[in-house]
Amino acid sequence: MSFTNVENQVELIKEISGSDPYKCMKCGKCSASCPSYNEMDIKPHQFASYIIRGDVDELLSSKSAWKCLSCFACIERCPRDVQPGKLVDAARQLAERQRGGDHLQADEIPELLAEDLPQQLLVSAFRRYRR
Amino acid sequence: MQRIGVFVCHCGTNIAATVDVKKVVEMVRYEQGVVFADDYMYMCSEAGQEKIIEAIKEYKLTGLVICSCSPRMHEKTFRACAEKAGLNPYMVEVANIREQCSWIHKDKEEATKKAVILARAAIAKVNLNTPLKEGESPVTKRALVIGGGIAGIQTALDIADAGYEVDIVEKEPSIGGRMSQFDKTFPTLDCASCILTPKMVEVNQHPNITLYTYSEVEKVSGYVGNFDVGIRKKARSVDFDKCTGCGECMTKCPLGKIGHIPSEFDRGLKNRPAIYMPFAQAVPAVPVIDRENCTYFKTGKCGVCAKICPSKAVDYEQQDEIVTVKYGAIVVATGFDIINLDKFGEYAYNESPDVITSIELERLMNAAGPTGGHLERMSDHKQPKDIVFIQCVGSRCDNEEKGKPYCSKVCCMYTAKHAMLIKDHWPDTNITVFYIDVRTPGKNFDEFYRRAVEQYHVNYIKGQVGKVMPQPDGSLLVQAADLLDGKQIKMKADMVVLAAAIEPNPGVRKIATMLTASIDNNNFLTEAHAKLRPVESPTAGIFLSGMAQGPKDIPETVSQAGAAAVKVVGLLAKDKLKTNPCTAQCDTLLCNGCSTCANVCPYGAITYEDIQVNDHGLRETRRVAQVNLALCQGCGACTSACPSGAMDLQGFSNRQITTEVDAICR
Ligand SMILES: Cc1cc2nc3c(=O)[nH]c(=O)nc-3n(C[C@H](O)[C@H](O)[C@H](O)COP(=O)(O)OP(=O)(O)OC[C@H]3O[C@@H](n4cnc5c(N)ncnc54)[C@H](O)[C@@H]3O)c2cc1C
Ligand code: SF4
Ligand code: SF4
Ligand code: SF4
Ligand code: SF4
Repeated sequence: MSFTNVENQVELIKEISGSDPYKCMKCGKCSASCPSYNEMDIKPHQFASYIIRGDVDELLSSKSAWKCLSCFACIERCPRDVQPGKLVDAARQLAERQRGGDHLQADEIPELLAEDLPQQLLVSAFRRYRR
Repeated sequence: MQRIGVFVCHCGTNIAATVDVKKVVEMVRYEQGVVFADDYMYMCSEAGQEKIIEAIKEYKLTGLVICSCSPRMHEKTFRACAEKAGLNPYMVEVANIREQCSWIHKDKEEATKKAVILARAAIAKVNLNTPLKEGESPVTKRALVIGGGIAGIQTALDIADAGYEVDIVEKEPSIGGRMSQFDKTFPTLDCASCILTPKMVEVNQHPNITLYTYSEVEKVSGYVGNFDVGIRKKARSVDFDKCTGCGECMTKCPLGKIGHIPSEFDRGLKNRPAIYMPFAQAVPAVPVIDRENCTYFKTGKCGVCAKICPSKAVDYEQQDEIVTVKYGAIVVATGFDIINLDKFGEYAYNESPDVITSIELERLMNAAGPTGGHLERMSDHKQPKDIVFIQCVGSRCDNEEKGKPYCSKVCCMYTAKHAMLIKDHWPDTNITVFYIDVRTPGKNFDEFYRRAVEQYHVNYIKGQVGKVMPQPDGSLLVQAADLLDGKQIKMKADMVVLAAAIEPNPGVRKIATMLTASIDNNNFLTEAHAKLRPVESPTAGIFLSGMAQGPKDIPETVSQAGAAAVKVVGLLAKDKLKTNPCTAQCDTLLCNGCSTCANVCPYGAITYEDIQVNDHGLRETRRVAQVNLALCQGCGACTSACPSGAMDLQGFSNRQITTEVDAICR
């Protein structure tokens, strides 16, 4: 996945996640809350700067992208409503969209529960459907 | 024989937790002269003072010893309390068993012993105390403000508006200070000259304000209420009354084009003629000739300005003039400058014209500045696309050879301001700020900085810059740390802006010495009490305003300026001041007229006179010291210097002090 226009990519991620990475003040409360922190190479408080810089590829190829449990502890506690969990989720979704997997049919889900779809995507999909 | 009452204060737990106050009471009860001793939770409280008053009446006390906090804190309180009960206030002694005992000791037994010793010393002294009476001195109802920056301007306006006469002495040709160099000001981004110029004009026109620009304070004598100040008015070489401020001379001075005289106001980014006003809105709008550079003063030739001046105002013969004026109060508002960056070779400030300081950037963005407000590189006049800001250059730096240990306080805010102003004008500019901490406390301040990040997408990176390397292609390579991502980064920049540490104006040392006002290790003026008397110097009659006292921004400066003005007005409103009765006295029988005391007296209070004495039937004339009681501040320098023991300080006599020492050593 590659983007020529960094601002555009940031805009897309902002749109999907509904959050603004520029608001992050690097206080570290997300990293302090994250149950997967020790498993991650890029830590939650770094997500925002990776996205601002356009280093989405690096973020997605890191362990962190798939170690995030979508537990949303960080989202709950972030003092500036940056929602790093949603940012990384948006990055994952962006990658999926680029691969053509744009949306999900409810009755396809049981089938997808099988091997290769990352658990995290399903979790966030469920959250979306529940609304 | 005195009848002394001793009162031991708990100060809540401040004293009582470390000193066994009950024990102190028991231990001092039988000291010489003591007829009453008690302890109480807070001696300074109303109830505590009531206790003292009752005891004075009931036991007919003639002297008091209060064992409590430092006399700097409450000596005044207890003296007033004694006076209320009809006791002379100078019959009160304070034994400091808090700062000098409970706060610095841990062991309760040891601390209690020491408290008893301190109390005994004070008791021994009171035994020798005599009632003293304060004198009176008149107050000159005129104030002096040294420094005409925003601090001095505001202080002068507030004093003048309250109805008192006030003079400003400013060393530059115009008032205005640093603020007049700025483009816009945080946190509201209003144009600096739009808000400053009207104040400068008001100062110039105010009937109660006299301006001495291009002038310096040269000599100060006297004391609170009665200072005599010698002011040197440097020769402007332009007649104040004839000059209309048309500026013809400045445009015609040949050195304007060929002289290479760097403009101080434009921080050397532009040259100026030898006859000049620092900037267009200068107040007063009368130029000065810089005699060091002027061709006429160097070679006797030229004289163009005198010929061209339509009002015949240029006067090469003008001389410096010294005026002596009396003042009741003096305000120091000498402001600041930024530090010299020679020791910071790593930032290439002296190597590349495109590495600039923030004040230079202010000039480069100012419509009245050297580039007409167009931001450009000094090397090739191109507009920079990538700009790197480096914070804390020399601030928070413990290496005193290079920098300053304190935070300069204003740079985090002005850098956010600079970044947003640049982005507003030239949105395509990429701006990176390297910081250690972003420090933006204050009303609407953090929001201001966050706007730079969130709205203007200024890239803030936590980490310092290690090195700036000028490249052959004219760009600058910046090597820095990104601590949050744990990376070392290298990035190209077209311009690097350094937030250089501020320091008090170097001339303040001289001023402080003349005023006997104390300054700290960093040359900031010291306040009488950091929290409770922040605009007063410990020296009576001297007040502090603006950056000269410590790093602060314009809103804080203006508030402090107002506070200093109120203190000055409070002083000038009095017709008479009580003088300190603890002054020196010369025993003419012992004095041999050696002059030692006059040499050490910082207030010039000692003179000599010839008197006739009768020494064992031998009549002779002797030269002896005489103390001017109005000038003596009771510092005691003469009493310790006098080789004959002739000088003695009332209230702190040599005998009282040796008795105290004896009591301690008992
Ligand atoms: C780059 C930069 C940008 C800034 N931007 C802002 C901003 O946007 N908003 C804000 O609130 N603050 C800003 N500040 C802070 C602001 O400059 C100060 O708060 C303010 O100037 C302090 O005023 P002052 O009168 O104490 O000192 P100064 O402005 O330094 O004035 C002192 C005056 O005293 C004179 N003087 C000095 N010594 C003597 C002497 N011995 N005899 C006679 N006169 C003497 C000087 O010539 C000068 O005119 C900025 C500071 C910097 C460095
Ligand atoms: S995302 Fe939120 S919680 Fe995490 S560092 Fe940024 S501001 Fe703090
Ligand atoms: S949502 Fe992901 S990043 Fe956020 S706390 Fe949970 S696991 Fe960590
Ligand atoms: S006399 Fe001096 S100030 Fe006047 S024009 Fe000549 S060089 Fe300039
Ligand atoms: S205000 Fe900011 S840049 Fe200036 S010294 Fe303090 S922390 Fe450093």
